[in-house]
Amino acid sequence: MGKTITLSRATGVSSLPAPVRRVMSIGLKNVVVPLLGIVLFLGAWSLAARNIDTSLGQFPGPATVAQQFVSLYDEHRAEREKAEAFYERQEQRNAERVAQDPSYEPKIRDYTGKETFFDQVRTSLITVMCGFLLAALVAIPFGIAIGLSETLYTAVNPVIQVLKPISPLAWLPLVTMVVSALYVSEDPLVPKSFLNSMITVTLCCLWPMLINTAVGVASISQDLVNVSRVLSLPPLTHVRRIVLPAAVPAIFTGMRLSIGIAWMVLIAAEMLAQNPGLGKFVWDEFQNGSSESLGRILTAAIVIGFIGFLLDRGMLTLQRFVSWDRNSATR
Amino acid sequence: MNNPTPDRDVARDVILDISHIDVVFPTPKGSFQALADVDLQIRQGEFISIIGHSGCGKSTVLNAVAGLTETARGGVILNGREVDRPGPERAMVFQNHSLLPWLTAFENVALAVRQVFGKTKSKAKQKEWIEHNLRLVHMDHAMHKRPDEISGGMKQRVGIARALAMQPDILLLDEPFGALDALTRSSLQDSLMEIKAELDNTVIMVTHDVDEAVLLSDRIVMMTNGPAATVGEILDVPLPHPRERMALVEDPTYVHCRSEVLRFLYEKQRKVEAIGRHNGKSAARAGDDAKVA
Ligand SMILES: Nc1ncnc2c1ncn2[C@@H]1O[C@H](COP(=O)(O)OP(=O)(O)OP(=O)(O)O)[C@@H](O)[C@H]1O
Ligand SMILES: [Mg+2]
Repeated sequence: MGKTITLSRATGVSSLPAPVRRVMSIGLKNVVVPLLGIVLFLGAWSLAARNIDTSLGQFPGPATVAQQFVSLYDEHRAEREKAEAFYERQEQRNAERVAQDPSYEPKIRDYTGKETFFDQVRTSLITVMCGFLLAALVAIPFGIAIGLSETLYTAVNPVIQVLKPISPLAWLPLVTMVVSALYVSEDPLVPKSFLNSMITVTLCCLWPMLINTAVGVASISQDLVNVSRVLSLPPLTHVRRIVLPAAVPAIFTGMRLSIGIAWMVLIAAEMLAQNPGLGKFVWDEFQNGSSESLGRILTAAIVIGFIGFLLDRGMLTLQRFVSWDRNSATR
Repeated sequence: MNNPTPDRDVARDVILDISHIDVVFPTPKGSFQALADVDLQIRQGEFISIIGHSGCGKSTVLNAVAGLTETARGGVILNGREVDRPGPERAMVFQNHSLLPWLTAFENVALAVRQVFGKTKSKAKQKEWIEHNLRLVHMDHAMHKRPDEISGGMKQRVGIARALAMQPDILLLDEPFGALDALTRSSLQDSLMEIKAELDNTVIMVTHDVDEAVLLSDRIVMMTNGPAATVGEILDVPLPHPRERMALVEDPTYVHCRSEVLRFLYEKQRKVEAIGRHNGKSAARAGDDAKVA
């Protein structure tokens, strides 16, 4: 034993115990290599940016973007402080009036400051989640139904195939008109613009989930169906215990495709319809055309990318947690 | 118990009557008659093997008994009543285990037990019954593992436990050990013999393996080649139970039975296997073709 150790000590890294070496090599692969990729990308970007002159000044490089991000955050903080001060003042005023006249009903008015970048991020996230959940709620049960019944599948397939490639830009005007026609209420629960964006997202991200669920259900192994038949499982139990779990990997594949589409569609819809959210932020900055605009737009673009990435990772994590099929959740 | 009964007494304790069945499959090229006039009576507690060349229609017979395939003519009568749909009283063990991959061994058996005994057994009794059946196939040590965490032989054991747990009138085994290596296969054959001795089930087993058929069966049903396959010969195996694998190797009855089956398969029903002969079979079943008898 002692001899081997002395021998291998002479050879540097290989003297480390095997597990340590393995962790190091994994670390090299999973941390150092991607880091290298990012550094190279940043270098290429700043080099390219220096050589592009636009009418709004030089194209922003990484440093400009970082700077803009900080300033957007500062603006957000400032706006929050203003809002707090506003509510404090209002409360104070109300308290004073109540003290003078106990029958006075204090009125609370909302602060109507300008939406900051981070408010827009939040709005977009809420919209995309609602649109996606609505789509999932429709697509998964319907997908199971058409996966189970070949007749139903044959009946709806042509319609699906035609509706699927419709661009969100085409849906949006239709959705807007229909929502304004049908959603008339004195005191709306949610603003119309939110509904417009959300429904457009739903209409566009429905299809991958629908199709994947249907395919997952239809391609369930005949042996498992036979097991269910031998057991004489009632139809609902059959769906719940056999069909649904068997289709879970396919359903998740559809959900991951859908959430990606949902996020892309949402930004486009917000831009086009001027609905609150990140898309509107980008559009407003573009219209604004100040020397800072390009930096802010690029910052927004990067944040959009990051959120898209996180949404996908989130879905993957959920899949790992829920799905029995470890292999389907690797990438 | 298993002393061969003369044929004219058969009708008395027949539990399953496969009565002159034809099976016809619709195919794109017109209908394909897989079985023609298959007729077979099985007594309570009997162990029947069905042997024949690949693609002759052994699985089709079993599927017809299970109610998974419709018969075009004739019918299957179990305990005096015709069966026309699948049911847990005809439990099936499939060639490729067919365990639900998202459930543990215990849960796989539990699904069957809940379905069959959900109304008659209490929760505790059900749990006990599941564990009992897993113990019977020597799988109690790994009952909380999922199918992808256990070996092929273990999966097949769980599949058998699931079928046994339904307490079926008749146990249908479709090449249950076909995908296993020789050592695992013999250990599972021993387990099956043990279980059979303990529970006295009625069993129909499809196999490719001549030794397996002779070792386990009371009667061996040899099928002619398809299309329109039917029962060619039925061979009694008058060996007493329990049977001892090693002791039988030189037993004249065993040797005789073995050579009878071989003669049927390789002389009377000699099969010239043309390449691509079974292209008609669906891709999912392609695995079967790899190990032609
Ligand atoms: N669903 C089906 N549709 C059309 N033909 C079928 C179908 N199922 C089986 N067949 C045909 O019926 C014949 C008998 O098939 P079966 O699966 O019963 O054979 P087998 O004896 O079990 O073969 P193996 O030993 O390879 O399992 C084959 O020629 C097969 O192609
Ligand atoms: Mg078969």
